[in-house]
Parts: sequence; C-alpha cells; structure tokens
Amino acid sequence: MIWMDDHRDDHEPNQDQQGRDQQGRDQQGRDHDQERPTEFARLLTELGGAAQRFLAGLRELPVEDLRTLGDDPLRELINLGARLGVDWSGTADELSEFVRRRMSGDYAVDEFGFDPEFTTTIVLPALRQLARTWFRVEVQGAENIPADGAALLVSNHAGGLPIDALVLQSVIYDEIERHSRTLGADLVFATPYAGDFARKIGVTLACQEDAERLLGNGELVTVFPEGFKGLGKLYSERYKLQRFGRGGFVSAAARARVPIVPISIIGSEEIYPQIVHLPALARILGVPYFPVTPLFPLLGVLGMIPLPSKWIIRFGEQIATDELPDGAADDPMVVYNVTDQVRETIQQTLYALLGERRGIFG
Amino acid sequence: MVVTAILITGVSRQLGARFARSLAARDDLDVIGVDVLPPKYDIGRTRYIRADIRNAAIGRLLSGSGVETVVHLGMVSSPAETGGMAMMKEINVIGTMQLLAACQTSTSVRRLVVRSTAGVYGASPRDPARFTEEMTARVEPRSGFGRDAREIESFVSRLARRRPDLVVSVLRLAELMGAHTDSALAGYLALPVVPAPMGYDARLQFLHPSDAVTALELVAGADHPGTFNIGAADVVTLRQALAVLGRPAIGVPERLVAPVAAVGRRTGTADMSADRIDAVTYGRCMDTSRFAAATGFTPQYSTRAALEDFAAGLRPGRFRAPRLGQLAAGVIGSALGPARPAARAGSAGDRRA
Repeated sequence: MIWMDDHRDDHEPNQDQQGRDQQGRDQQGRDHDQERPTEFARLLTELGGAAQRFLAGLRELPVEDLRTLGDDPLRELINLGARLGVDWSGTADELSEFVRRRMSGDYAVDEFGFDPEFTTTIVLPALRQLARTWFRVEVQGAENIPADGAALLVSNHAGGLPIDALVLQSVIYDEIERHSRTLGADLVFATPYAGDFARKIGVTLACQEDAERLLGNGELVTVFPEGFKGLGKLYSERYKLQRFGRGGFVSAAARARVPIVPISIIGSEEIYPQIVHLPALARILGVPYFPVTPLFPLLGVLGMIPLPSKWIIRFGEQIATDELPDGAADDPMVVYNVTDQVRETIQQTLYALLGERRGIFG
Repeated sequence: MVVTAILITGVSRQLGARFARSLAARDDLDVIGVDVLPPKYDIGRTRYIRADIRNAAIGRLLSGSGVETVVHLGMVSSPAETGGMAMMKEINVIGTMQLLAACQTSTSVRRLVVRSTAGVYGASPRDPARFTEEMTARVEPRSGFGRDAREIESFVSRLARRRPDLVVSVLRLAELMGAHTDSALAGYLALPVVPAPMGYDARLQFLHPSDAVTALELVAGADHPGTFNIGAADVVTLRQALAVLGRPAIGVPERLVAPVAAVGRRTGTADMSADRIDAVTYGRCMDTSRFAAATGFTPQYSTRAALEDFAAGLRPGRFRAPRLGQLAAGVIGSALGPARPAARAGSAGDRRA
C-alpha cells in the first residue's frame, strides 16, 4: 500500500496526460511492471473521491418511498422513478395504452428487427439517465451530425462491454432526434437476450450488405471498426486505437457516397479497467476475452457496475466521400488512405480531449 | 381457340390444389394435375391424373398431352406429411430428378416453374437482414426442406444449362401463412402453449397463399427466367406473432431446444426440423425487390395481414390479446389512477404511524 501514498502526491496536476505520456515512455523503454501499480493507485484514489461524492448524493434519496415499497410495488416504483428523475413520458392512460399495445403485439419492427417504440419509450430514457447522471457526458461538435440523410459514424470502442455504443446512440438521439443504427459483431446475435435486445434497439450485423442497405435507406450508421480488439483492451492500452479492420466501412460509405463522421469518446475506456485477461476461461466460455478488473469477477454482478468516469464525446468534421473517384470503393489504396485518415483523426482527438479533461472522474 | 396444356405436380397438397383451381377456371388452359394421392382439396376443373413423378411414366404423360408448361409444386416440406425423412428426401430429390429428366427430353415443354423455399438461405446469427437472390446461406441448412431445396435448385440449374431454350423460373417462397394453412410452422404456432427459444425473438416473413398463387400465375403465364424471392415486404417477430395468435410462449433454453423438438416430433405435436428451429431462433427475411422489378408484383397481404388471416381461421388462444391487454391496462390504470397523490400520502402515513 506504500506506493499508493507515494504517488498521490506527485500525480495531482494532470493524470490524463497519461495516454500521451505513455507512448513516449514506451519508446524510452521504461519498465512496464513498475508502471502498472502507479496507474491503479491513481485510479483508486480518484475512485475514492467519486465514491464520497456519490454517498453525499445518496443522502438525498427519498428513503420514505423505499420503506413503503412493499405495499404496492408497481405504484411505488413508478413514483420513485419519477422522484429520481425518470421521465415516464406520459400519463397513466398513455402508459396503460402502451402496455396494451405491447402485449397484443400491436407494434411495428422493421426488416432489421428494430423496434422504435420500445427504443424510444423504454431504452432511451434509461440510457439518458446513465449518460447524464452516471457518466456526465459532455458533447462537442454536435453540429457535425447530419440532421438528415445517410452518414457513417465511426467511433473508437472500449470498455469491456459495449456501453459506449448505447450511450452514443442515446446522445445522438437527444441531439438530433434520429435513431442511429449500430453495426454489431455476429457473436452478439448468437447470444441469447443480447442479440434480441440489440436488434430491438436497431443494431444489425456488421456486414457489407446490411451497411449498404441501411445507408441506402438514408440512415445514420454507427460502426466501431476496432470491434472486440477495442472492447478487450487492457487498461494499460487505453486510448490507443487498435487496428481498423480491413476498412470495409470506408468501402460501404464510398459506395453509398455518404460522409464519414469521426467520433472520439473518452471516458468509456475507464469504466471497466481490465487488468489481465484469462484466455483459457474465455475459450471455455466461447467469448472473445474474459476480463479481470479490480471489481470483476471479485464482486460478481456488483463488479459489473461500470465506474462513473467522466465522458466527453466529440463529433469531428465530416469527411466527404462523394469526391472520391469512381470505383474508389474497390480500390484498396484509396480505402486504406481514407481508413487511415479517419483513424488518425480519432486518435489525435482522443489525445486532445484527454488533455482537456480534469480527471478520470472529474 | 388455342388451348395450352399445363402440368402441375403436387395437386393433392394445399398450394398445388389452390393454384390448379385458379388456373382451371380459365378457358384457354388445359390443366393437368398430378399426384400420387387423390386431391384432398377442391381442384376445380383440373384433370387429375394419378401418377408418381418418381416414375418414368411422367415422360410419356408430358409428350402424350403436349404439355408446354410444367409447374413443379410436388415437393414435401415436412417429413410428417409423408411419413419420414427418407421418404421426404426420395420424393423431393429423386422425384425432381425424374421430372426434370422428362422435361429435358420432351419436345413440347418450353417453360418450367419450380417451387423452392426461403429455407435455402438457412438461418444463423451471421445472416444479413435480408437475403437477395445472389446470396448463399452463411450456414448451410443441415437438414429438412431447405437442404432438399438446395439440391432441387442445383438440378434445375443443370437442366437450364443443358436446355438453354427452356424458360426456367425458380420461386423461393417465404413460409406460407393464411387461413387454415397446413404447414409445420403453422402447426407449431397453433399449439396451445408454444415452446420458443429463450432469449431470441426471430424475425418472420410470411407469404399468403393467394399471393403465392398470383406469383406462380405470373411466371407460368409469361417468360420470367431466373430465381426469385417471393414474400411479403414486412416482418413480425415470433413473440409478436404469438401475441397476435393469443398463444403464450414458454422459453426453452438453448440446450433443451433440440430434445424438446424431438419430443414434439415423436408425439406428433409439432414437426419442427433443425432448419425450422434455426429459422424461429435467428429469424430470416428475404429481399423481394427482384421479382417486383421483373413482374410488377406486389403482395396483397403483408406478413401481419397473412398472420391475422391465419389467426382468424384458428380457435382463439387462451391469452387472446384484447383480454390480456385489458387486464394489464386495468392493473396499471388502478395503480396510477387519479387518486394517485392522495393514496400515496395516506398509505405512507398509516404505515409509519
């Protein structure tokens, strides 16, 4: 525990320089083993501060409501939700009409399985709370999200679970009232409940056909080209973009002649600080990686509560694809160059944003 | 008046009978219906000839009647219809081979229409949202009608190469659904309580039999060579379908799905083969724009309308939507009712006192 105190003193000014510093330090060949405890010491210190603030907030909870929960659970839960700021978006009549419709199957899903009513009424309000209260998301450059027409949104991906995808979808809806459609890995659709939920909120399989169909329909399509390589990053590799696949997303955008919007998210990389992976266990469970974080699997389900890091989401300037020459979509050189441009933009923005942020939980 | 002879196989089954009846109402056609079993359904003025397509006699029938158009609907989509997988395979694969051989040697036949199924695309978590005709299955269907249909399609394309003068159309039909539809999937959905894969909600695409007949008439009456997807444009999910039918679902964990389906087959309750289980787990939807572009065809029934037509012909389920919905609305209405603030303050005060 000594190292913890040691470093509390010297880190104060800007811990988030780390992402940048680390590259420099790697080049100098400094020892990694020594660095790791330092990082976690800083993380834990900041977490302590955040926990204190959280406890302070907890004192304002409506305790009376919790005490009478047993009398009439449904009513109390709805009231409690209203007190805590959940917007039930409607009166009791509207709510019961909604339940009736849901139970009689009287709602529409599109060809991808997207259920706009369920998404807008149930999922987005919950995500809004998560984004605003838990992660305190700050949005920059919202004017770069196209208000109409198709576009391809490309973002970094991190955090163990695809929570960044959910938060991003909610933020985009709140900014311009459009549902962005995320492309997900096939593993998602092979997993019970996860795949079902994903389709209902508008996710579909990350494949050329679906990307082109969505763009052809004039939708906003979100891709995370890092995929599982990004999600499964260790804490020490945070904010270092992984390989961007084969640039299939650029081909899709070029073919549909839609702009690409680079998105940089910071904060998502700290929600589950992954210390090590257990590849053997992952293989047995058939998942791409099995992370060990300071709290998971130590605390089981509780360990799956994401840390309340401070998020900044910046929408970068659009990169046009309609000026590319004909046949660019099938030209590996052009595709590679555009992919690289998008990746560089996101990476540089990540470093810049890290400099801006006061602290992980700031 | 010139009368064209048209031969339809499989007229003792639902779709075959319906198609034959519709064609036989026209004066300019001599409709010959073939099947091994006498027709169960009304086939109108169709000339029924009892014949087995697995037998070479079918060739003599083609030349003897000067048949110009052959519509092959005589495949079996579910083993329960014939008594066993082996029999089904024999009828589908050997029967089609014989029929196609007869068409190849015939001098009169100039148009061939073959029924296929959306099942050729299989169903898996790696599937795109909609299959177009050029796509192939991401995961090959392991068994059942989908697999047979793939074999049938490969025979058909070989015949088309050998006889380039023949106009060959293959129609990949979505699951048929309408009033009194008699199919494996319809039987499954009509169970009083429906075991459904837990944690999945498949997208289903249907085709109303009357739309299927219209599509068949279009390709039987004019030259539209090629392979076409036929189905309604929209989808419903399995849970939505069950809600519309008023059937409660029991979630079956993934590992138990195969044993449960085996019990269903053994007892004759529901005939869900592995490929159909995949379809109600991962869902499947076809892109139908190619046929629309070629023929201007638009289905009269949406998937939902086809399902509602099926529901209307069915004994209402225990959990009919209006009843259940009213119940739920009542519960919530009373919970959130106008007396809300007063009631809350009152009960909270009482408890604490």
